[in-house]
Amino acid sequence: MSTANSHYYLPNPSPWPIITSAGLFALALGFILLMNNVSAGPWFMLAGTAIIVYMMIRWFGQVIGESESGTYNAQVDRSFRWGMAWFIFSEVMFFAAFFGALFYVRQFSAQWIGADDLLWPGYDGTWPTAGPKGLIPVPAGTIPGANQFSPMGAWGIPAINTLILLSSGATVTWAHWGLLKDNRAQLITGLFLTVALGMTFIALQAFEYVHAYTELGLTLKTGVYGATFFMLTGFHGFHVTMGTIMLMVILGRAIAGHFRADHHFGFEAVAWYWHFVDVVWLGLFIFVYWL
Amino acid sequence: MSADHHAEHPTGISRWLFTTNHKDIGTLYLVFSFIMAIVGGVMSLVIRSELWQPGLQLVEPNFFNQMTTVHALVMIFGFAMPAFVGLANWMIPMMIGAPDMALPRMNNWSFWILPFAATLLILSLFMPGGGPAGGWTIYPPLSVQGGIGVDFTLLAIHMLGISSILGSINIIATVLNMRAPGMTLMKMPMFAWTWLITAFLLIAAMPVLAGAVTMLITDRHFGTHFFDAAGGGDPVLFQHVFWFFGHPEVYILVLPAFGVFSQIIPTFSRKPLFGYASMVYATASIAFLSFIVWAHHMYTVGMPMAGELFFMYSTMLIAVPTGVKIFNWVSTMWRGSMTFETPMLWALGGVFTFAVGGFSGLMLAITPADFQYQDTYFVVAHFHYVIFGATIYGLFAAIYYWLPKWTGHLYNETLGKWHFWLTTIGFNLTFFPQHFLGLAGMPRRIPDYALQFTEFNRWSTIGAFFTIISQLIFFYIAIRAMKGGAKATDQVWEGADGLEWTLSSPPPYHSFAVAPKVK
Repeated sequence: MSTANSHYYLPNPSPWPIITSAGLFALALGFILLMNNVSAGPWFMLAGTAIIVYMMIRWFGQVIGESESGTYNAQVDRSFRWGMAWFIFSEVMFFAAFFGALFYVRQFSAQWIGADDLLWPGYDGTWPTAGPKGLIPVPAGTIPGANQFSPMGAWGIPAINTLILLSSGATVTWAHWGLLKDNRAQLITGLFLTVALGMTFIALQAFEYVHAYTELGLTLKTGVYGATFFMLTGFHGFHVTMGTIMLMVILGRAIAGHFRADHHFGFEAVAWYWHFVDVVWLGLFIFVYWL
Repeated sequence: MSADHHAEHPTGISRWLFTTNHKDIGTLYLVFSFIMAIVGGVMSLVIRSELWQPGLQLVEPNFFNQMTTVHALVMIFGFAMPAFVGLANWMIPMMIGAPDMALPRMNNWSFWILPFAATLLILSLFMPGGGPAGGWTIYPPLSVQGGIGVDFTLLAIHMLGISSILGSINIIATVLNMRAPGMTLMKMPMFAWTWLITAFLLIAAMPVLAGAVTMLITDRHFGTHFFDAAGGGDPVLFQHVFWFFGHPEVYILVLPAFGVFSQIIPTFSRKPLFGYASMVYATASIAFLSFIVWAHHMYTVGMPMAGELFFMYSTMLIAVPTGVKIFNWVSTMWRGSMTFETPMLWALGGVFTFAVGGFSGLMLAITPADFQYQDTYFVVAHFHYVIFGATIYGLFAAIYYWLPKWTGHLYNETLGKWHFWLTTIGFNLTFFPQHFLGLAGMPRRIPDYALQFTEFNRWSTIGAFFTIISQLIFFYIAIRAMKGGAKATDQVWEGADGLEWTLSSPPPYHSFAVAPKVK
């Protein structure tokens, strides 16, 4: 292993990937067993998660060490950038599958089910719907009675959350400007604010879920409305959680003195990811909550 | 640009477990894929044995359906895709003048997910209630109703998808960032081009499959109603999401084989590839079109007329760029001084059989005609002509073409030709009669059939055994060439052109420690 700057860095053989794969296997197997009520399931999942988390710490730790010791030249940096960009694109396509399902159900299939009175008499398929056999929707903001659910309105917590995420996009950009100007205080303050806004978002989202389950009669099982609502917002919330953890790592690294104005791929990767969850949220706000 | 050298060279098993070297990882991919090919091949023999005569003789219908399902999943996700990722690993750095892949540790990771995922997939067969039996397309409601074996399959698909996405990210980063100075995109070998576009397709399509699989899992265990009409969902929704992945998947399987044909045909015609730029644009057009044709797999689900027409016309449009490719291959051979070594035989055979599969694809694209062919053996014949006839022919062509480069030894040319001709006879014997079976109305995925279908089924079964036994020749040839034989020169083939032929045979551990200059 050489550290000369003109060379493309080729890492030594590494045990991390195969151990991570084994962790993934344990996690998947545990999840299968859990879903089928086998008591060993959670233990396998726990072991798998522990392996993956430990491996991420070691693997990323090694990469951070290599990066800070100047092992990576500009070309390696570009490889990382392409890698992260295409990873985010794959995430976009993952969300596209669920958005596609939402549009298809709303625009086509729910109306088709409702169109023929022979099939489900009295069901018209208007959105939001929990289906002909599901709960009956009442207008948002009303307290649902028995056999009813109320969809999530847009102008309460979701609107506040939109503001929070948009502001966090601004604070992370402000932090980036600080890094480019070598203003460490601005970098750290900006990142800290972003982390705080991310955590506020998650807390409000959790509050909203509790509200949905306890007061609106809206759960994952509330027909196709509940399924699309919770799967889209749930996967988004999971991504915000991951993004917040990534921002916390970056904040810690910034405090430890990592990153230079001309060498901070780690920061930018997380910032890109954060903007990505931001944009997904805008799609959610418009198509899941508002329209 | 030059490359650093490894400080460590582990030997023995840890060399393979921990490797970050593109050639080692390419070899792992290829070895893994051929192990899976044997597994999937045995399953196909179970299917064909049961179909030797009408009535039920060897296996239970449920087990038969598990065999058709898992055969397809193993062959697609375990054999065809990893084999071509293996070729990409081996060849792309050598073809574009790079020391290695762009992200070597992730490269190792994307491989080592595969054996674990395959374990889950195979384990599903041994679960109470058996493996998935609803076809590889895992349509609900069957895939929602199945037992724990279906969960094993679904999680295996998730892991296989992660592996594919990581591998594709690596290939794109390598092609875009690791080319030798002077190698512009439009000077790149066609194999690198087709893989660049394939990798894009994978990154766009695999997450959509992950979404579909996730919805199945939540419908199965967490009470969602995506595919349940009583809850406002729709089983056809799954088919839309699945085929949004599934149709690009077809081109994921076939485009790298087209890249192989585009490398081999010029070599043995001793002429540069005809219409290089049009080949690139045709590949990109196929990739684009592959995202707007998906519902041609589901003409019979009751789509509105406008949908049927849109998907019929967009599907038929694919014939245009595909025709451009075939025209270019033929024009490359026109007035070339051609020779017919084994790789050329496989490439030409692949173009022929792909053309057959392409034409039967056009027949299937015609909506009213497809109402007749839907879910018959005609479809089975069609996609085996494409996947075996183009993808696997392309794989064998590539292996014979580059084996002397990889091993440093020439393989036995006579035996190679035997392998080609016996496989070609066996393959056509297996699948050509299935066209007639399908047109006559024999449905796919069924262990029993009407008496009048017996004769064609017998030909098909004989062909299947003939084909698979013929593959023993290939294993013998490959292992012999790895162990020794006549030394190969650096260029290996008289007409071969490209950076990989400037390296020694076998090539050094790091392909291009110093980047070559490309004029």
